[in-house]
Amino acid sequence: MLLEVKNLKTHFYQEGLPVKAVDGISFGVGAGEVLGIVGESGSGKSTVGLSLLRLIDLPGKIVEGAINFEGIDLMQLPEKAMRNIRGAKISMIFQNPFTSLNPVFTVGDQIAETLRFHQGLSRRRSRDKTIEMLKMVHIKNPESRINSYPHQFSGGMQQRVMIAMALACNPKLLIADEPTTALDVTVQWEIIKLLRELKDNLDVSIILITHDFSVVAELCDKVAVMHNGKIVEDGNLNQVVQRPKDPYTQKLISTVPRIE
Amino acid sequence: MNQFKKNKFAIFGLVVLGLFIFLAVFANVISPYNPESIVESETQPPSLKHWFGTDEIGRDILSRVFYGSRISLTVGFVAVVIAIIIGIVFGALSGYFGGFLDTVLMRFVDVMLAFPSIFLILTIQIMLSPNIYNVMIVIGLTSWMGVARLVRGEFLTQKERQYVEAAHAIGASNLRIIFRHILPNAIAPIVVAATLGMAGAILTESALSFLGLGVQPPTPSWGNMLMDAQAYMRDAPWIAIFPGLFILLSVLSLYFVGEGLRQVFNPKE
Amino acid sequence: MRKFVIRRLLQLIPLLIGISLISFFVIHLAPGDPTNLFVDPSVQPEELARIRANFGLDKPVIVQYFYWLKNVLRGDFGTSYFTGKPVVLEIAERLPATLLLMVSSMLITLIITIPLGVYSAVKKGKFFDQFFTVFSFAGMAIPSFWLGLMLMLLFAVQLHWFPAVGMFSYQLKDAVWYIKALDVMHHMFLPLLTMTILSLAGMSRYQRAAMLEVLKEEYIKTARAKGLPEKVVIFKHALRNALIPTVTILGLSLSGLFSGAFIIETIFAWPGMGRLGVQAIFSRNYPLIMGVVMLSAVLIALGNLLADIGYALVDPRIRYGKK
Repeated sequence: MLLEVKNLKTHFYQEGLPVKAVDGISFGVGAGEVLGIVGESGSGKSTVGLSLLRLIDLPGKIVEGAINFEGIDLMQLPEKAMRNIRGAKISMIFQNPFTSLNPVFTVGDQIAETLRFHQGLSRRRSRDKTIEMLKMVHIKNPESRINSYPHQFSGGMQQRVMIAMALACNPKLLIADEPTTALDVTVQWEIIKLLRELKDNLDVSIILITHDFSVVAELCDKVAVMHNGKIVEDGNLNQVVQRPKDPYTQKLISTVPRIE
Repeated sequence: MNQFKKNKFAIFGLVVLGLFIFLAVFANVISPYNPESIVESETQPPSLKHWFGTDEIGRDILSRVFYGSRISLTVGFVAVVIAIIIGIVFGALSGYFGGFLDTVLMRFVDVMLAFPSIFLILTIQIMLSPNIYNVMIVIGLTSWMGVARLVRGEFLTQKERQYVEAAHAIGASNLRIIFRHILPNAIAPIVVAATLGMAGAILTESALSFLGLGVQPPTPSWGNMLMDAQAYMRDAPWIAIFPGLFILLSVLSLYFVGEGLRQVFNPKE
Repeated sequence: MRKFVIRRLLQLIPLLIGISLISFFVIHLAPGDPTNLFVDPSVQPEELARIRANFGLDKPVIVQYFYWLKNVLRGDFGTSYFTGKPVVLEIAERLPATLLLMVSSMLITLIITIPLGVYSAVKKGKFFDQFFTVFSFAGMAIPSFWLGLMLMLLFAVQLHWFPAVGMFSYQLKDAVWYIKALDVMHHMFLPLLTMTILSLAGMSRYQRAAMLEVLKEEYIKTARAKGLPEKVVIFKHALRNALIPTVTILGLSLSGLFSGAFIIETIFAWPGMGRLGVQAIFSRNYPLIMGVVMLSAVLIALGNLLADIGYALVDPRIRYGKK
């Protein structure tokens, strides 16, 4: 098991009262596997992603749980060690690529930054690797495009840049938080295709967080359905889709027009 | 409202402001001396007899400061009311009708904003014989631009809203729509701007009086009490300290109250 | 970019004409006669009329305006009623002193305000931030002349560390240039301190707000998710974005700086354009007043233009536009 989460609880405190965004969930992801975490807004699924990387800020707090990654409990690591994990061993991409990229730095700069920080690459080496990554996500003319700014790309291309940036240091796990939700429908499938391709080529595990079951069906091996901070059902994709046990799962699946 | 009460600064501001208004209203009752009569032969440092000391001619500073609050608060208030009225008229016309009128009015605003304001005010004041009335009017005439822009912005957004369409449909006149329908929605930012405007007006009036072009002596204004303070700095520094302190406190309280109001009207996440 | 600058410069022209019109009419429609100030009252009426005609004061105001405008376009701003010297010369003599004060103030403000604003934003709610909030509000609420007087009281009168007024020491009239420079800096300290405190208060508040806005952005979350050290997140990713509004505000603060300069120069007897302007107003020196107004307006408008250009340069979204 690459990642094993045990009884994770993340609460947000508003005027003393806790909002239990993630209320005791456990799951696992194996090497090369794709896990889909599905739920509606408010189910807590995005909080799971941020919790895994311990990016939860006040007024939130991870109150309980163990996050075992490659045998080490991330909850026990000091912040400095955690930073070596982020971006290098576990990476994350977010929903809106336009606001997730820094508008004042070039795309090449932002990708090379991770390489220089985590792998200590020289300027030239990181530049070459950046071009390589841009090629890998199918961006044309990468040599000139590394000097472009985020706003000079379309939404789909921005998301490709985000993916390139996340995968640059060859992480073992990629957390994708609603990566297609903000994109046009045609572009959505291109990104899903890209993720599938990269998963096979780079042997990276993916946790795909989404509310869209049809996206899950395209990409995932396993599924966990979240509702009100808890996992109400999980298992293999086919198993859950064809024989959903939980009424909530059944409702979610029924909203998708067609499932293969 | 609760939000406001929780804001320590805003409460402080409200209290101080209340205190100063009290001073202004009851100045004649609580002042130990007549602000314009000479009670000592020369300037004296603060003592039990004169808490703030006496000024260069021998008048009690404490009493003068109390009476001065009348001037500063009144001028501040009237000036800002004038500025707001002008600003609302300009802003509403500009924002509501748009087009050529908007362009012309906004160009005018740009011109007004390009003046170093103090300079314009000084120039106008030297032409008239300065007294408390033209101070209020002149300050009002030169500080409406911010409100105008604010109101214009509000009107630009509001006029596309449905309730405006509905009002048109039932045949309401433009004037009625402006004043009865759109304007009440813009009240909140205007009130905030008013507190800040009053603070600015108090500062401007004191600067004018300091230079001799505002409220004329012997009427005490916090600004003109400082007029000759510079000459006496070596021998009687207390003359310079107290009036300025009161200006600072009144402006500061208005800022705090304004900031508190702003937070009430824009609940941030 | 070039088109943008040229277009803005062209827009300046109607602006300046508007300002000159308003100023001219305000000044000339005043009751009273400037000749009162420099003409012997016992002079004969015919002589007085001749003097007035000499200055063009017998013609209607609108005609006087066009004469003024015509001369201005030739570079002639008239002569000072008081000294008889050309206005252009009078102002040119005083301008460097004001520029010295204002530019130094802006530079120091910029250097201090950025770390101050950043630190406040990062430590939001903690002691430093609360303390700093009170200070900046106080700095915005304090009357400029009173601050000047208080600083003068403390540092010049009580401590004798700095001279209270003036720009030069007469005794050093023949000293070598670097001694003179030090002397000027010595004299400049108090007016500079006053001006800087005043602008620092507002600007650092603004910088703090800008920084807080930026820290809420998504790309900051991304930077942290990349495992970058917090210092890099703050000083590279956040600050670079928070500087964009700062540039704009700096340009817009020029107008306020000028207003402040008038008063501060008067208190500290700093021989700059501000003090000259105030004296011109008091002596109804019309040509000089017009000269000072126009120059201030030009400088302020240029400041705004520079702020806009700076903004366009510093924000790649404006500079490079859409592909």
